Amino acid sequence: MTNEIISWLSVGLILATSATILINRDWRVSLGSLAVQYIAVFWLVSRHLPFVMGSVKLIAGWMVVAALGMTRLGLTNLDREEEDTFWPRGRWFRIILIMIVALVTAGATPRIEAAIPGLGLPVIAGGLLLIGAGVFHLGVTSDLLRVILGLLTMLAGFEIIYAAVESSILVTGFLAVTNLGLGIVGSYLLVAGSTPLESGEDL
Amino acid sequence: MNAPLLWIALPFITGVLILFFLRERYSALAGGGLSAILALIALIIPIDTALLIGSISLKISPSIQFFGRSFELNTADGPLLAIIFGIATLWFFGTEASGTANRFVSLGLMIISLLTASIAVEPFLYAALLLEIAAMLIVLLLVPAYQKPGRGVVRFLIYQTLAMPFILFSGWMLAGVESSPGDLSTTTQAGTILGLGFAFLLAVFPLYNWIPMLMEENSPYATGFLLWVLPTFTVIFALGFLDRYAWLRTSPQLASAIQFAGVLMVASGGIFAALQRHIGRMLGYASIAETGLLILIMGLKPSEIVNLTFLILIPRGLALAVWALALSIIKRLAYSLRFNEIQGLARRYPLAVIALLLAQLSMSGFPLLAGFPARLAIWQELAAQSLGITVWVFAGSLGLLVAAIRTLAVFVMVDEEKKWGLNESWVQSAMLGLGVIGLFILGLFPQVLLPFMVNLPSLFDHIGQ
Repeated sequence: MTNEIISWLSVGLILATSATILINRDWRVSLGSLAVQYIAVFWLVSRHLPFVMGSVKLIAGWMVVAALGMTRLGLTNLDREEEDTFWPRGRWFRIILIMIVALVTAGATPRIEAAIPGLGLPVIAGGLLLIGAGVFHLGVTSDLLRVILGLLTMLAGFEIIYAAVESSILVTGFLAVTNLGLGIVGSYLLVAGSTPLESGEDL
Repeated sequence: MNAPLLWIALPFITGVLILFFLRERYSALAGGGLSAILALIALIIPIDTALLIGSISLKISPSIQFFGRSFELNTADGPLLAIIFGIATLWFFGTEASGTANRFVSLGLMIISLLTASIAVEPFLYAALLLEIAAMLIVLLLVPAYQKPGRGVVRFLIYQTLAMPFILFSGWMLAGVESSPGDLSTTTQAGTILGLGFAFLLAVFPLYNWIPMLMEENSPYATGFLLWVLPTFTVIFALGFLDRYAWLRTSPQLASAIQFAGVLMVASGGIFAALQRHIGRMLGYASIAETGLLILIMGLKPSEIVNLTFLILIPRGLALAVWALALSIIKRLAYSLRFNEIQGLARRYPLAVIALLLAQLSMSGFPLLAGFPARLAIWQELAAQSLGITVWVFAGSLGLLVAAIRTLAVFVMVDEEKKWGLNESWVQSAMLGLGVIGLFILGLFPQVLLPFMVNLPSLFDHIGQ
């Protein structure tokens, strides 16, 4: 019973953090929310995987947050980075988006539980919320850091659900490498272009 | 000796060592040399068979255990490894001529080793994860530290990352379909999710917009490498799905959907290529059209799929290498690669221009060149199946041919007084010359591929037989 309550609290935490990442423009708040989000992900993953394998996701996630945070901290010229203005991107628009994700999750969760029994309602709800929030985030931004945040959010949602159906150590390891890789690639892309040209390579 | 250690771990470790310890001038030699040796070993020494050399018994064992799962490269994988590492050799030696840094060779070796791991991993479904990790290394290859990443790179990363969950989920669902094949709703869901996954991976229409963007924003040589390496391994991965799951092979609706996607890519790729005014983007659209052909082949009779696929994959690797090398040589002078900047370059870089045009013509299926025998075989199969599809495939090839003629016209558009000159270095001339000879040999004598191709069908238990 306690576990069930904590699981639903984790879903609530996921909703709050993914909404914050989607709505808030401050990168510090977004990365902080991502770090908190990984705690909820850890709990939901641990419903189906051993504690040690779940903690791999938590540690990998926090390492990604640290890498992105350290990189972003060193960049000073990105505060007024221009975003693609083609798509609507106001705060209310994003709030509506996260509400749509929450509604779709609420509608789809019992149906998925009926189709694939044994996953658990909180696991499905948490996974769907993150996948939805991540995909919507990718749809409304062209900012590099936000794209990486969207991909990490989407992957975290996928990992929660996939952990329930696949418990291989190799897959857990590869998914951790994928998360770390996204963090490193994101950091690299953030700093790329800010260093001066040293040689005439890669023409 | 162990096959996964030899063809996966060794290139990866060598790639890391080259990145940190080797100077730029030696990296092409080291990477190209290692790839050539690995290709020769794959060609000469059969895996899992004991060889007696003098008093020494030599056997390459096929598998290795890693975190409870196995990586296996069997006897049937030998010719495939020879092809992959043989074409990789061309790309790595080409870096010397293209002027790209040792980053290309080191990251290229790591990418090839990860993708080789994707064909070796059991269960084969985990290949999706290795493809994603390889895609992230490709991003590092595409964007040098001094260049701001463009939109093409970001889209490429998004699409490749979106593909992985779809494929892993579909693989899990397909296991359910196997146990209850009569469940139509699960079958449809699994097929749809799998289709979406491969649509992202293979950049099926309309998800291919990142390809021309990359060709415009990034190094043509690195992008050309990406356009060779990723579709090649993705197609082999897709053939694994077709081979493993009988309902995928036998479903007429799925075959129609695959053919529709393929035709759309061939026709749109060819037509868009004809409308471009940027020779880099033309390469992008030509590769899209060729990936369309590979998808189209998957919808043909199962007995023909493997042979036709590899008949097109081998010349594709060569043509893309020659085309990308010629583009990178030309790009040193005409940075944007737009028509207005490359006018008259035929007189200053005649070898690069000739090689570029021949590679372009080869990919349009022009007779006597490497791409023609494969297209002839595909047209023959398609004509027996559907005249409508054949017409659209011809339209795509015609578009690529028009693009080649337009490129030629721009390259020779110059005053009569302008003098001819050979500005390519001897390394560039040698690499381009070898590539062009290869294009003609594969076009005139396609039977030279027979020793490689004769055992390739045994890679697959069902579709190859």
